[in-house]
Amino acid sequence: MRALLAFFLLVASAAPGWAAGPLTYNLKPVAIAPDTWVFEGTREHFTRTNGGNILNPGFIVTDDGVIVIQTGPSRRFGEEMRAAIAAVTDKPIRKVFVSNLHPDYWLGNRAFADVPIAALPGTIEGIKSEGQGMTENMYRLVGDWMRGTEPLVPTETVYGSTVVFGTHRLRLIPLEGHTAADLAILDETTGVLFAGGVVFSDRTPTTPHADIGQWLAALDALDALEVTVLVPNHGRIRSDKAAIVQTRDWLSWLDRTLRERAEAGADMAELLDAPIPERFAGMGVLREEYRRSVSHLWPRIEKAVLPRVN
Amino acid sequence: MNRHLAAAALLAALSSPAYAGPPDPADPLASVMWDVLRPELFGTAPIQFDDRVTVTAPDNAENAAAVPVMADATALGAVEEMVLFADLNPFPVILRFQPLAAKPVIATRFKVQQATPLRAAARTPDGVWHIGGKLLDAAGGGCTAPPATYAAADWADHVGEVQGRAWAPTGEDKATRVRFLVRHPMDTGLVAGIPAYFIEALTLRDADGRALAQLQTAEPLSENPVFTLEVQPAAGARSLTLDGRDNQGGEVKAAIPLPWVQGTMQGALP
Repeated sequence: MRALLAFFLLVASAAPGWAAGPLTYNLKPVAIAPDTWVFEGTREHFTRTNGGNILNPGFIVTDDGVIVIQTGPSRRFGEEMRAAIAAVTDKPIRKVFVSNLHPDYWLGNRAFADVPIAALPGTIEGIKSEGQGMTENMYRLVGDWMRGTEPLVPTETVYGSTVVFGTHRLRLIPLEGHTAADLAILDETTGVLFAGGVVFSDRTPTTPHADIGQWLAALDALDALEVTVLVPNHGRIRSDKAAIVQTRDWLSWLDRTLRERAEAGADMAELLDAPIPERFAGMGVLREEYRRSVSHLWPRIEKAVLPRVN
Repeated sequence: MNRHLAAAALLAALSSPAYAGPPDPADPLASVMWDVLRPELFGTAPIQFDDRVTVTAPDNAENAAAVPVMADATALGAVEEMVLFADLNPFPVILRFQPLAAKPVIATRFKVQQATPLRAAARTPDGVWHIGGKLLDAAGGGCTAPPATYAAADWADHVGEVQGRAWAPTGEDKATRVRFLVRHPMDTGLVAGIPAYFIEALTLRDADGRALAQLQTAEPLSENPVFTLEVQPAAGARSLTLDGRDNQGGEVKAAIPLPWVQGTMQGALP
């Protein structure tokens, strides 16, 4: 009897998502500034437990309707976002912005198919060419959470500009470095910066489409802005610019370390377990993202230190 | 086809009562392919699973077309041959390597088709194969994706180009680290309309032509493959030569300068 009870307790407590019935992200918007909410994701990698909920999508309620920033990793996520937004306001969704081509930013698009979905030209091109492959990989990584998710390419092209919705002036800032096209959005009315993929906060940066030099320049551009709240797309939301400093520190260390080791004759495999300075220990997914970055960045760095010999 | 027939024949031979050797230890990676690969790669030679043969590779293949791997059998002492293989690849053998005057260490990158055991086997002079390995997870598809090489219109002009470099010896064994990259599409033949086209053999030689390390390379090596070796050239040698060929008769030829080391020239002075 006791064993049976223990079994039921185990089922009830250890497996919140799947044992309790249909999968749910249980999204709860957090108010971070006037009219502005964020759904805070975990600081993990995509797993079958978190369903891909690793991003900080948000929304701004304006007199001209709701502005949504990123739609999350799956159709289910987008639908849950939409329901959570409807619980906060009865205003219609006015427009969606997608900051870059990585799958967790836009795979919830299907839930917003009835409104304009805006992105930079480079993001749209990237989703057209790589979107299907990234979607398939997400099914592999998080499984059933993805059910019903199909790529939906953003429908509206935006460029660097300032757009006004109700009383909110949004500055659209085109950057590059994290990917070939990274959109940051500064709400000049509240001072909230949705930094896009360029800033990570206590979560190790991801580099599959990165150009480190351009990325460092993009961080400088964001550092120059007047910001009250900084929403990194992964990790802790902050009222200072410490996340910009941390992202710059990590990228500089990573780039320098790979170059130094390549120059000294190291092989790529030897970099996988290389020591990482203690100051980065608080960043989520540290060793795993570091290893991914070695895979992304090493081949080009290596080529530069091997001279032509025939 | 022939290979499969041969494997089946060997398998039959092994399972017949005529085979008198001791039973094999159980495969620690529990591979479904092990019973086929064991006779195909090692015949009836004795094998043992041995932690002294280390395989360094990521747990997950971030890029299925270029997974880094380093195999190190130095803990065994003398090694005559090494084989690097991935059980579940369409072509399991990645390369064979004879470290004639080299440490039994090799690193490269390869294409992976699906999650698979990844192993290195090293044969010691007593004929025993020592096998180490690990599991590699992968989204896969690396062996059936077209190489990026063909995006450049002039790719054929660059096939066989070599970039390479040697580093001054360090450590007690005074081995010279050599790294080189050969431009080559390394087609597996599994992409529709693109025939198999890959480097088959590479030899690294001392200045006097003596072979230091021989490699028999195969389809799974990544496009523009990169190698890391640790060789022991004669004192005072000024450069190494690399020669090889691909399966369509194309040749690889390059000279890799050795770093100048204080004292090594003295014997050569009049």
